[in-house]
Amino acid sequence: MRPAFSVLFLTTLIGAAQGAAIILYALFLAKGSGPDAPLAFYLTTGGVSLLLLAAGLVASFFHLGHPERAWRAVTCWRTSWLSREVIVLPLFGFAELLWLLLLWQGDWRAAAAWGSVMAFLAIALYVCTGMIYAAVKVLREWAHPITVVNYLLMGVASGALLTAGIAEGLAPAVAPMLAKAALWLTLIALVGRGVSLWRNARIPPYSTARAIGVHHQRIRQISQGSMGGNYNMREYFHGQPPEVVRAVLIAALGAGFLAPVVLLLLGVPALLVFLLQYGGLLAERWYFFAEARHPQNLYYQVV
Amino acid sequence: MTQFALVIDLNVCVGCHACVTNCKQWNTGGEAGPLADLNPYGKDPNGTFFNRILSYEVGTFPNTETWYLPKSCLHCEDPPCVPVCPTGASYKRKSDGIVLVDYDKCIGCKYCSWACPYGVREFDEERKVMTKCTLCVDRLYDTSLPESRRKPACVLACPAGARIFGDIHDPDSEVSRRIREEGGFQLMPELGTRPANHYLPRSKTVLPIDEAQVVRAENPLRHDEAPHATGLQPIEEEMG
Ligand code: SF4
Ligand code: SF4
Ligand code: SF4
Repeated sequence: MRPAFSVLFLTTLIGAAQGAAIILYALFLAKGSGPDAPLAFYLTTGGVSLLLLAAGLVASFFHLGHPERAWRAVTCWRTSWLSREVIVLPLFGFAELLWLLLLWQGDWRAAAAWGSVMAFLAIALYVCTGMIYAAVKVLREWAHPITVVNYLLMGVASGALLTAGIAEGLAPAVAPMLAKAALWLTLIALVGRGVSLWRNARIPPYSTARAIGVHHQRIRQISQGSMGGNYNMREYFHGQPPEVVRAVLIAALGAGFLAPVVLLLLGVPALLVFLLQYGGLLAERWYFFAEARHPQNLYYQVV
Repeated sequence: MTQFALVIDLNVCVGCHACVTNCKQWNTGGEAGPLADLNPYGKDPNGTFFNRILSYEVGTFPNTETWYLPKSCLHCEDPPCVPVCPTGASYKRKSDGIVLVDYDKCIGCKYCSWACPYGVREFDEERKVMTKCTLCVDRLYDTSLPESRRKPACVLACPAGARIFGDIHDPDSEVSRRIREEGGFQLMPELGTRPANHYLPRSKTVLPIDEAQVVRAENPLRHDEAPHATGLQPIEEEMG
């Protein structure tokens, strides 16, 4: 698959936004059983999370041919995970906004209750995003529950790192705890991604013989039927040589997972580590698309 | 329930692209607007087609055969492209099984084309919507056309008669009969999409005839004379 940049930005930005909201709520619940964070920290982190969510939403519009009709995408929530995502995303945004307002008002009891709704929506949004990919059966690299788990793990790790970074400035008391959480979450996310990489390396390719119905070992395509390329050649081939794909994978694993762990241990400011990891997660998302081999490619191997 | 479909006889298809041309002509002139043609006279022409003829070389040179595979939307009976559409723009008609895109609802998210295993949906770069073969639904029910012309444009264009249109749920239709009798097959059936379009496999008609059969046909007694012909003396029983 050819990576669509709008989607790379959408999934990484909202992933971090949801993760930050979940971590904030967890921190809020742990109130009293450890060092406390000032209100300004909650509001700032929550505000940044909302901004990331909005930025992701804006990025997603660039993916559409007719963004002005985007509202129609809420209609098919019965069958389409994409439709469900389109519904849950703004709901989560409103829930987070309301939660921050409750915190601001100092209504702790209401914030504790409503926060669970917000956290639930954040997790539901991960599930929707992951299922958009996991539900495409023909893309076997994606069609597995591990895809959903990975969207959740990577998002929460990224959000935790963002939260830790902001805490270093606004809530130093809780910052070490959050950095530690980010470190562990990043390691767990690495395990999840490792499992999917291992699984994907073992998927046998689709067979041209089955695709065109010829029982023969040697089949070579000589034409796709017209003089130029077409949509199906643009959308489903990333067009990069294997070295580039490998380099992106190394960058993704290095910048997205390994380097953040090492840098956190070395005490590098978490906000810098977050930015590095964000770049790594973008590379990860690029690779996620590039590694998915669509069966339709068997019909479009040459112009 | 009706399920319209195309059945394509690969014995007969010569890869001439007449169906492609007529498909493009009919659909680009349709009321849904022209199919994009990007850079049509330039170095890398590019555009929307609902039907393409793929060519494959089977075997190792020089012992090869060229295999043409005309491919358009297969109007799957369990189409994976339909449930994923967030807007309901992609739908399958209950009345005749045709899978269509409502161009006024499509937001151009391309998700349906990810779900289709066959690479037959094409995003139109000018109209910014997903497009694909309509099975010429705008011809099938058009009473202003003479009845014999109420068929897909590609079927009417094929000079070799390789494309047959009909209802595969009617066991007595020509398409059903030929799928049954000539070993009709689907593309990637293991994916569970149940394509309605079928292909009739290539088969060579060879009559294996032994020379003796021909010779005996002319003169049934001649075989008995064989010993004489090869210069052998007949034995006593043969002499009768
Ligand atoms: S061939 Fe593709 S586009 Fe056509 S009905 Fe089947 S899945 Fe949908
Ligand atoms: S591109 Fe159009 S038809 Fe396809 S899934 Fe998106 S809205 Fe539906
Ligand atoms: S049925 Fe109509 S739209 Fe479909 S391939 Fe034939 S001519 Fe094109």
